[in-house]
Amino acid sequence: MAELSIRDAVNQAFDQEMERDPTVILMGEDIAGGAGGGGEQEAWAGAFGLYKGLYKKYGDRVLDTPLSEAAYVGAAVGAATCGMRPVAELMFIDFMGVCFDQIFNQAAKFRYMFGGKAETPVVILTMYGAGLSAAAQHSQTLTSLFTHVPGIKVVCPSSAYDAKGLMIESIRDDDPVVFCGHKRIYDVTGDVPEELYTIPFGEANIVRDGDDCTVVGYGMMVHRAAEAAEHLAADGIECEVIDLRTLSPIDTDTVLESVENTGRLVVVDEASPRCGIAADVAASVAREGFGDLRAPVGMVTAPHTPVPFSPELEKHFVPSADKIAACIRETVA
Amino acid sequence: MIKAITMPKWGLSMTEGVVGDWLVAEGAALASGAEVVLVDTEKISGAVEAADAGTLRRAVAATGDTLPVGALLGVVAGGEIPDADVDAFVQRFQASFVPEETDAEEAGDQIETVQVGDLSIAFARQGSAARTAVLLHGFGGDLDNWLFNHLALSSNRTVIALDLPGHGRSTKAVGDGSFASMAEVVHDTVRELGVTEADLVGHSMGGAVALQLARSQPRLVCSLTLLASAGLGPEINAEYLQGFTRSRSRRELKPHVGQLFGDASLVTRQLVEDLLKYKRLDGVQECLATLAGRLTDTGDRAEDARRIIDAVPTLVIWGADDRIIPAGHARDLPNQDRVHILEDTGHMLQMERASEVNRLITDFWNDQD
Repeated sequence: MAELSIRDAVNQAFDQEMERDPTVILMGEDIAGGAGGGGEQEAWAGAFGLYKGLYKKYGDRVLDTPLSEAAYVGAAVGAATCGMRPVAELMFIDFMGVCFDQIFNQAAKFRYMFGGKAETPVVILTMYGAGLSAAAQHSQTLTSLFTHVPGIKVVCPSSAYDAKGLMIESIRDDDPVVFCGHKRIYDVTGDVPEELYTIPFGEANIVRDGDDCTVVGYGMMVHRAAEAAEHLAADGIECEVIDLRTLSPIDTDTVLESVENTGRLVVVDEASPRCGIAADVAASVAREGFGDLRAPVGMVTAPHTPVPFSPELEKHFVPSADKIAACIRETVA
Repeated sequence: MIKAITMPKWGLSMTEGVVGDWLVAEGAALASGAEVVLVDTEKISGAVEAADAGTLRRAVAATGDTLPVGALLGVVAGGEIPDADVDAFVQRFQASFVPEETDAEEAGDQIETVQVGDLSIAFARQGSAARTAVLLHGFGGDLDNWLFNHLALSSNRTVIALDLPGHGRSTKAVGDGSFASMAEVVHDTVRELGVTEADLVGHSMGGAVALQLARSQPRLVCSLTLLASAGLGPEINAEYLQGFTRSRSRRELKPHVGQLFGDASLVTRQLVEDLLKYKRLDGVQECLATLAGRLTDTGDRAEDARRIIDAVPTLVIWGADDRIIPAGHARDLPNQDRVHILEDTGHMLQMERASEVNRLITDFWNDQD
């Protein structure tokens, strides 16, 4: 087993799956040559380097697209209905606005509207999250806009092992999948098997065992929550940290089982506090696990504001390990 | 005589363990082999046993402590030895103890591979004795199933533990899944390693493979140790085989894995997680389905197996509470003095009763030498 970054784990998933299945193609802005560059020799391999080496190996199965998300996301959805398995990169999740009809009103509806006869095995790979001072239009965590729509699967890995297994599962899945990678965790490394493997959707991962408080998050927030749990363990507060891994479908059972044991829940999300994953998980536990709760559910989220451009303000915007720890202390008090 | 009980090393990758509950109080008299204190590792919980008889004079390690391999857990000494001497022993031990510098990374490197036809077969080797023993794990297992045995058995054997085809780090392909084809791969593997004769130890499906080797390669096989072995009777828990094969999630898999042990609480989340990581690999599901089919459709080879056991020196050990393959299969075997049924023990006897299994195997080998 090799230690890979999330970036290299996703790259390996593309490479191995493209080698295995000739219908897999990649589409996106600057993922092959890059506009204005020296062509394929200077391939940029995408804004985050996920596609390194793939153009050289797979040639025209790696497609540089014009700067028109509406056009190429639509083309990917169409290709998927015709037997291809495209992965289309929407560079930032914030750009969904210009291609959302193709996703939520077309891809997400085909299976339903054609009586189960149509399959749309498309993956929309996208980056989300704040922390790079990329300002309000390039830093949002808009995951819950996708989970709101039935017919779309939403994946959000936190580790290199999960990133590879979930990407291969996403490509092989016969429904549209939005694969969200937090832009600040692509360098996180971990052990990744060289073989191909898949992680099923809808099974949360228990990152850390504990009896005092259940802490639920996804993506980068899993790392912040684990950091908070580490601090608190020194004071004798043991947290069970749950990584949801996929947001649609969502594994409420693992959360409920954990809360049955701990009696306490803190949900962490980098998104807005309104109508998001945190509120959704809190509501599910209030509805199905109310009798187990010994304290009100704690929520640690970003404030309900645009993401600030100022690095100082941005630091306060994103939930920190300290903020998560403070909320857990309040919940277990 | 003052003796230290120390943090054991269960398996290549273990560097530390968490001290669990003490099973005996300070001052208690211990027989040799008595279970003294529980230890949790990343993979499994186990009981540390007293190597020597005596009185537990000090329980040094506290429940919940995380300690490196070799660290002092407790002290066993005769009741007549003065307290001052015991305390001095503890002091000396603690002052001079240096944890061994090994990391998991290094342990991973101890796994080697050998190419056999189209297959890459992984193995780990312990010890350097002239005679060789080969450990064959069961259905869905891997060479880590021997983590409590591999080192312990290596005092007078070079012990090679294999990942069978379709398992562990070996190629995920089992062909027709027959015991004959598995036996052929094992034979080719050990020959590639320069082994011409060996004592075979097979657990469950690995036992059936060992029996097959005794059948097809009689010159290779010096002796057989069959642990909860398949191939000795028609009954096998088909529900377990199918459940294990089909389960994709932690929640589905855990109850099946629990059936492997007499005490289901031995199954840690990490153990289930490691099994899932294996089962998620491409090709594994198909391998397991093929093998499960072979295991449930053994025909009647029991008569033939009895003939082999009559001809080859064979040790048979079984857990009385085995829920996968019933211990009753050992009842009518020849040479009943070499058949041992362990009480309160499930299918994974080499893990659940490691010390006793290790002792029985070592004694059996010594008898052969």
